[in-house]
Amino acid sequence: MCLAIPGKIKSIELQYGGLVRMAKVEFGGIVKEASLDMVPHAKIGDYVLVHVGVAITIVDEEEAEKSFAYLREIGELDELVAGSQIDKPY
Amino acid sequence: MKYLSEYRAPELVEQYLAELHRTATRPWTIMEVCGGQTHSLVKNGILSLLPTNVRMVHGPGCPVCVTPLNLIDKAVYLAEKCGVILCSYGDMVRVPGSERSLLEAKANGGDVRILYSPLEAVQIAQQNPGREVVFFAVGFETTAPANALSVVHARRLGLTNYSILASHVLVPPAMEAVMDDPETNIQGFLAAGHVCTIMGVYDYVPLVQKYQVPIVVTGFEPVDLLQGILMTVRQLERGEARLENQYTRVVSDDGNPDARRVIEEVFDVTDREWRGIGNIPRSGWEVRPELAAFDANRKFNVNIAKVSECADCIAGQVLKGIKKPSECSQFGKRCTPLNPLGAPMVSSEGACAAYYHFAQAEAPVSV
Ligand code: SF4
Repeated sequence: MCLAIPGKIKSIELQYGGLVRMAKVEFGGIVKEASLDMVPHAKIGDYVLVHVGVAITIVDEEEAEKSFAYLREIGELDELVAGSQIDKPY
Repeated sequence: MKYLSEYRAPELVEQYLAELHRTATRPWTIMEVCGGQTHSLVKNGILSLLPTNVRMVHGPGCPVCVTPLNLIDKAVYLAEKCGVILCSYGDMVRVPGSERSLLEAKANGGDVRILYSPLEAVQIAQQNPGREVVFFAVGFETTAPANALSVVHARRLGLTNYSILASHVLVPPAMEAVMDDPETNIQGFLAAGHVCTIMGVYDYVPLVQKYQVPIVVTGFEPVDLLQGILMTVRQLERGEARLENQYTRVVSDDGNPDARRVIEEVFDVTDREWRGIGNIPRSGWEVRPELAAFDANRKFNVNIAKVSECADCIAGQVLKGIKKPSECSQFGKRCTPLNPLGAPMVSSEGACAAYYHFAQAEAPVSV
């Protein structure tokens, strides 16, 4: 659960009456919501490192692509789909 | 056993290994603090590629592993007896408490939900105004901004049915506890890259000075780890003790001040009990008193008796790098990930579980 996964910001919207910037972030085909509270300058097209639904820093594209490919290779992306596994028996 | 060609950037891996074999002339013991790094070292077979005189020992950096049994029992109690919607990360709900895990509590009818993010728990609270929603918020510094942000969001939304059961732990005090233990013998540290993404690197300067150990902020991929180990060994061979940053492409010296601001808004530093290790002063965060309404510890005053850990488990020694998991008499026998006797066997980031899943000879091979 300690991994931070890089993804690309596809869109940004204001939630909670305009108080919170939430982004749709794409991780190799999977799109998840992430808060941009910690990266106020992030914009559409930027790559951000996302940890449990919060973008914690902006990274460059090359780093993001490589790091994502590595995570996929070693099968560490499961937590991205954890939310939809709620009823999966373990 | 991996072939070099299977790594991302195999030529770099090879170069770092060759350089490490040339550089290390004396025996050194280095601790990687972060469980994610332990997992990567073991899973990628790096331990068996290192020179024999470079010994990696594994630190206490698995938040799920160090969450006290008592707190898990409390979460189970809230789910089963108090009718709350109890949410947490996937790893956490599988950890056995003294009687059962949260997942088993779910099977018993408790409303337990595995979430990817604490912000989803806030949405659940918003959608279920008649129910109490508790997020079991474990983690190191990397996870604290998200857990804190959930409280900030809940407050902005005016929610009165959301709270967190916080079990936050901090890396630098744990490193101090490891160094202060007379049984440990660690000469250098790899510090956890993603922790420093939030906190920056300066917290480690006093540790470098106090204990005269090199500390190298390091990423988690094989190439990062090998480079971090090489940087540490170079310092050791030269008799230096400095703070270095291997992971500059992700970690800036200042970390993320916006994230720290949110942490400070929600949390105060507190003494914290570490499972397997005991109490470490000022080693965690708890919800600030003025936000008590969002603190499940204060909101639900349940007193759960402390239970003692299995006497055969040497988790404390494993978490401090004094013993390797394979040196435990129960490892792989009575203790397996399906039936863990102790904390480091429960999460994939725990050292015992990493050794169990990717069991491989620790015998080094020459390159
Ligand atoms: S192998 Fe099991 S019993 Fe032994 S230290 Fe690890 S968790 Fe404890």
